[in-house]
Amino acid sequence: MITLDHVYQLAGITFALFALLGLYDRSNPKRFGNAAFWGLMAASMILGDYLGDFYNGLLVLALVAIAGAGQIGRSPDGEVPAELQATRAAQYGHFLLLVALIIPVVALVGTFLFKWVPGLADPKQATLISLALGVLIALAVGMARLKPAPLLPLQQGRRLLDSVGWAAILPQMLASLGAVFAIAGVGDVVGGLIGTAIPQGSLFGAVLAFGLGMALFTMVMGNAFAAFPVMLAAVGMPLLIKQYGGDPAVVAAIGMLAGFCGTLMTPMAANFNLVPAALLELKNPYGVIKAQIGTALPLLAVNIFFIWLFAF
Amino acid sequence: MLVLIGIAIIIAGFLLRFNPLLVIMASALATGLAAGLDITAIIAAFGKAFNDTRYVSIIWIVLPVIGLLEAYGLQQHARSLIARMKGATLGRLLTGYLLLRQAMSAAGLTSVAGHAQTVRPLVAPMAEAAAEAQNPALSDDQREEVKAYSAATDNVGLFFGEDIFLAIGSILLMKGVLEGYGYVIEPLHFSLWAIPTAIAAFLIHGFRLRRLDKRMRAAERGA
Repeated sequence: MITLDHVYQLAGITFALFALLGLYDRSNPKRFGNAAFWGLMAASMILGDYLGDFYNGLLVLALVAIAGAGQIGRSPDGEVPAELQATRAAQYGHFLLLVALIIPVVALVGTFLFKWVPGLADPKQATLISLALGVLIALAVGMARLKPAPLLPLQQGRRLLDSVGWAAILPQMLASLGAVFAIAGVGDVVGGLIGTAIPQGSLFGAVLAFGLGMALFTMVMGNAFAAFPVMLAAVGMPLLIKQYGGDPAVVAAIGMLAGFCGTLMTPMAANFNLVPAALLELKNPYGVIKAQIGTALPLLAVNIFFIWLFAF
Repeated sequence: MLVLIGIAIIIAGFLLRFNPLLVIMASALATGLAAGLDITAIIAAFGKAFNDTRYVSIIWIVLPVIGLLEAYGLQQHARSLIARMKGATLGRLLTGYLLLRQAMSAAGLTSVAGHAQTVRPLVAPMAEAAAEAQNPALSDDQREEVKAYSAATDNVGLFFGEDIFLAIGSILLMKGVLEGYGYVIEPLHFSLWAIPTAIAAFLIHGFRLRRLDKRMRAAERGA
């Protein structure tokens, strides 16, 4: 049976190859830093479950040290010239599109297949496993028809990863910080503060505090999941549900979505907001957030109104 | 109260533009110390969490495929495809993607599309081509805005579609937390109450995409 562990091995091998190719890229003045960084990521993917918590922690410290010392760079060249890309595009056209669509289609089909047919792959991780299979199939189909230099996909993939740089592990780092916050009880303290800031006797005031609190705390934590239990304990449960008799399903469901509006506005949600800015090579790292604020703020107001309207 | 120092460090660090990885580590250490943990316990806690969340970083395995296809002109092809379609305006293209992303997320297919899988190789170059067709004198800033909106549209579609799906993590979390207070609620109820917001998100973001489309054209008339 295919499990998530196999996907981790695949990711580990990919990072290891990126590291190795990076080491030999003399056009990158910081090639040793890059090689060490992606090499450590490879070690985390392949050996993470055997290292133990403390050594995993040391591995993270090493990653942070390399990035913090500014030892990650990128080679100025390596991109296929635009003219060559254009000639090839005219030649291969729809085939490229087809291969690009293999990944989502296999992810889609595999998600259903692995849930219906037991024993093939871990059904709980069906989509991630299917995504990895889609990558392998797309790569095989693309290589068979395009017949590129054998290392070209890895070299170009590495170039893309180097353009994202250390931001590639930012989402994982922020998720880990959330775990430390949880151990330290940060949520309870924030919840207590917001709980004391609410005007007494005003239903709408309580709804407003709940919705704004969800969005603000989500912005701080980068994740509505971390904000939800805290805000529910501080405001949602004692005031909205117990005191004013609100419908718990509405308070929870729309409260969570108010939190998602916060996710659209914070650099702490790096995988949604900062990583795409790097991936699209935007000049402004906060460009995606800028484009989202105009949707997030009115939608937050709508969510607060919906809680008030539907829950009571 | 003292544990809030981690939040202060994060906000200050991001504002002062220190390397975010350093800021995160400093915040974790300060928070842990303020909570009375010793330093090895903090490092171990962080290491455990980092190992448990590795699935976040496996998305990067798609890069060799994207790199191969881009080297053979995928972005150019996506652009020329849009340029040949007469009715494919920037507004329509991104609104269509928004609807598709919301619908697929509502069906639980959240990882099928995304920034690495679909936005960078397909949606962003298509949106750029559509904007270019409407306005040949597209400036670099406008190009940047079109790309940023492509990523933003993916996020809005994902966030305000996924909560309609019954078995998504956030619904299981809500169910679990409310059960802790003695309220047993069927996941379907959470799903249904996500629908009004999903519609509002489509209307609000769709309206903003229309304005983006108009803005790109207005610049054409001005030029």
